[in-house]
Amino acid sequence: MNWETVIGLEVHVQVNTNTKAFCGCSTAFGAEPNTQTCPVCLGMPGQLPVLNMEVARKSVLTGLAINATINLESKFDRKNYFYPDLPKGYQISQFPLPIVEHGYLDIPVADGEKRIGITRIHIEEDAGKSMHEGLDGVSHIDLNRSGVPLMEIVSEPDMRSADEAVAYLKQLHQLVRFLDVSGADMEKGQFRCDANVSVRRFGEALGTRAELKNLNSFRFIKQAIDYEVARQIELIEDGGQVVQETRLFDSAKGESRSMRSKEEAHDYRYFPEPDLPPLRISQEEVDGIRAGMPELPGQLRERFESEFGLSSYDADVLSQTLDLAGWYESLVAAHPSDPKRCANWMANELLGRLKEQGKDIADSPVSAQDLAGLLDRIADNTISGKIAKDVLDAMMATGESADAVIESKGLKQVSDSGAIDTLILQIMADNPGQLEQFRAGKDKLFGFFVGQVMKASKGQANPGMVNQRLQDLLKG
Amino acid sequence: MDIDVHKVAMLSRIRLTDDEAAHLGPQLSNILGYIEQLSEVNTEGVVPTAHPHDVAMPQRVDAVTNANRRDALQAVAPNTESGLYVVPKVIE
Repeated sequence: MNWETVIGLEVHVQVNTNTKAFCGCSTAFGAEPNTQTCPVCLGMPGQLPVLNMEVARKSVLTGLAINATINLESKFDRKNYFYPDLPKGYQISQFPLPIVEHGYLDIPVADGEKRIGITRIHIEEDAGKSMHEGLDGVSHIDLNRSGVPLMEIVSEPDMRSADEAVAYLKQLHQLVRFLDVSGADMEKGQFRCDANVSVRRFGEALGTRAELKNLNSFRFIKQAIDYEVARQIELIEDGGQVVQETRLFDSAKGESRSMRSKEEAHDYRYFPEPDLPPLRISQEEVDGIRAGMPELPGQLRERFESEFGLSSYDADVLSQTLDLAGWYESLVAAHPSDPKRCANWMANELLGRLKEQGKDIADSPVSAQDLAGLLDRIADNTISGKIAKDVLDAMMATGESADAVIESKGLKQVSDSGAIDTLILQIMADNPGQLEQFRAGKDKLFGFFVGQVMKASKGQANPGMVNQRLQDLLKG
Repeated sequence: MDIDVHKVAMLSRIRLTDDEAAHLGPQLSNILGYIEQLSEVNTEGVVPTAHPHDVAMPQRVDAVTNANRRDALQAVAPNTESGLYVVPKVIE
């Protein structure tokens, strides 16, 4: 039987503001518990929320980047449920009239691109954090996160595989980082995903969906969706029925379990938030936000290809994050003669070495200026590309400049024709048999002599000159 | 209009006896029935009211204004430990 998977995603993105959505408390990560709270985010009676306009601005910017409709008037609603990390007993959210609607994101798929619809982006506030582990009969609550601004980005059920879901999430993750609307650090819970998954036989109506929660890495998202699809297909093929439920993915076990207690709680009894008037934004403000739109990932990739002549692969690698792109542009500024050489050395040599050390470009012990210094020495034939790799290893280890390493290790390339001739004549004298065969017409032996000379020079002879001098001297 | 009083009570975390539920059920139904009359009004062309007062959203600048007042704020909490609120265990 042929099954089709249908996936829609809800992503909670923490907006990277200094203060919470509705009060002047700090959002800084990692503070002592409950030190960033006030009567508003603690849900004390009689307190009034006041919207942080930076949250609205960043939501509009995100909406424009996904080609969505910006609702010049949107409103806030209360989503009611009981949980101790939600002190007011309701979450301020946007229900019927969100700030952003009807956008899309194009994601890369095997045979090109696929357009994934984005139903809406609404502004809401985060809940606090509950801790249960190692506690007997009690839970501990930290409300520092209570009231932190979120954008909930809701997709259409347009994805047909776990791979498409991951591609969409990666694209969205990259976008919010480029827009600087979120740090999107998944380990800090700044980019969280819930997946609505159902299966159907091809051509049939949508099946009943299960909602998967707690998907906090790209790897777990794929695992959780694959697990859920297999579970639903097996259930139906065995004559059972999928029930609409919330399931919690356990990444340690690689399986999910039903959160039965959530069933009843799904009745959120939304009603308009009386404490906040409608949010009105003028078209002029929207135009102003659009004018400040930074370069987006796709535009950057295309510019790297057209301006610097990079391969689409290198352009893609170097435009993954703003840090990478900025580093590459600094490198090109310091070594402007050959942007492609810059890309090769950064993408292949530097990033490879950083990856082995588990480091990001921001932690690179070699600066863009220093790498440019190394590329300058290749360009002026002071060292060969092969020796340069050893020099880079030493630079990574010591943090020294290329010139300092070349000097201290005596790696300067030999381009002095007299010195190269001396080496060649010695090799000829040491290998009379091969020399005789070469002169008798065995041309293949030319490579043997090149190898011997390079070896005798410890790789420091200028390969171009070695070739040229060998051509002359071997003929005798 | 019939409503499930027990369900509404559960969602609101209000404990009702069967007697109370029997008493409140018809009252709630009556209230909803009264409000139901609104659906008879022709609202074509009327803009939905998002808020009774036509006021502009106050705008707050994104700058931290609240200092740490944990001790004062937690003074009213029934139980705290190491700066954390302590509540009955809530995990399933």
